[in-house]
Amino acid sequence: MIAVLALLVGVLLGIVFHPSVPQELVPYLPIAVVAALDAVFGGLRAKLDGIFDDKQFVISFISNVLVSGLIVYLGDQLGVGPQLSTGVVVVLGVRIFGNVAAIRRHLFRA
Amino acid sequence: MTDRDDNGRDQTTPGFGLPTAGRQPPAAEGAAPSGPAVEEETAYPVPPGGAVEEATAHLVPEEKPADPVADVDLAPEPTVELLARSTRESEPVAEEISPTSPDSPMSDTPEPATRESDLDRGAVPAAPEVADKRAGLKRPAPAGTLIWVLLALFGFTLVVQLRSNDADSGLSTMRQEDLVQILSDLEARDSRLNSDIEALERSRQQLTSGVAGREAALEEANKRSQELGLLAGTIAGRGPGLEIVLAKVKASDVLNTVQELRGSGGEVMQIGGAEGTAVRIVASTYFVDAAGGGIIADGERLTGPFRILVVGSPDTMRPALQIPGGVVASVKSDGGSVTMDSRSMVEVTAVRKATALQYARPVS
Repeated sequence: MIAVLALLVGVLLGIVFHPSVPQELVPYLPIAVVAALDAVFGGLRAKLDGIFDDKQFVISFISNVLVSGLIVYLGDQLGVGPQLSTGVVVVLGVRIFGNVAAIRRHLFRA
Repeated sequence: MTDRDDNGRDQTTPGFGLPTAGRQPPAAEGAAPSGPAVEEETAYPVPPGGAVEEATAHLVPEEKPADPVADVDLAPEPTVELLARSTRESEPVAEEISPTSPDSPMSDTPEPATRESDLDRGAVPAAPEVADKRAGLKRPAPAGTLIWVLLALFGFTLVVQLRSNDADSGLSTMRQEDLVQILSDLEARDSRLNSDIEALERSRQQLTSGVAGREAALEEANKRSQELGLLAGTIAGRGPGLEIVLAKVKASDVLNTVQELRGSGGEVMQIGGAEGTAVRIVASTYFVDAAGGGIIADGERLTGPFRILVVGSPDTMRPALQIPGGVVASVKSDGGSVTMDSRSMVEVTAVRKATALQYARPVS
């Protein structure tokens, strides 16, 4: 509940302040958002499994974001930025699908 | 079909190198089959709010039997607890053990359970544990606050990214290499179009000058054809000139008059007879005396008096005809008469048919 509130607060802050994305962050922000989305779904799944752990969630959230950003940065330096971004998004998408499937089984028993 | 058989769960967890958010390693997962377990919660001193509720809920079946039977049943309690833990999934067994509690353990609220434990079993070690967990719910641990912050940050960046992606048309999010590529493409296209413009301008200039030249040539040709038409007698002409009437003359006198007029600048001439017919006088016109009076000019029979219309300078032609020993003098000596009249506008309306040349061709 408190997590949903926090999410709503963040969304409201984003709507109210409406900042523009800094130029250096433009390639990394979408990947970071997808990575955080993966972490959030993983946390939700763990919560429904009853094995949610605060520390692990925080660490995995931050490391997901950092690792994905690092991969994209590395790709940019190597000259394969777009391809590597696509790869990261694909991997995270597969993980999100898996997590959502587990959540779905918990909620609907199907 | 159980959870284990379905796809996704066991495949995705170890599949990729990134850590799975908030999940235990597979060993811990195996220890907790399905549904929350008390053993795991005791392993973590500060679980989140949801875990606390589950923990208190599961404490209930341990304490329920103690309520109605008082202290008499204290001895078998460990076995009951074991039973409750091992057979938590099967509802009928749990109800047999605690017949006095109609509520299932899962749906029970934690408040009465803790109150009962506080009242009846204050010395039981489970009670302080519950109190600790309730305190943890009210006062979040640092990790909980961090989750708060992270989720807020996540929502914030999500909205920002969505907004920024919505706002720009695409160029501003593109990479530098792509932009450079687009720019060079545009420059190449620009130079190509510029050369196109130059070529088109050139051909337009050529066409314009061609049109102008053609118009000038056409004008020149028109002018020339009109001049030639006047000379050849195919078109009518007018201008200042003389009207000359010859009476009682022969063809040789008419011819002399015409020659004298040509010599003094007469440009366009015609000769008319008394019948009103007129013949245009050109280079090839001939005059013959006709049998029975009159003359034949270009095959046309004319009878006198003859009326000659000539376009030219009257001041030059009139003295040319009147010079001593000239046309007028010879006609008068032959017994004829000549009258001359200067006109500011003489209209030569008689025309000849144009004749197509059969043999002659221009040299150039």
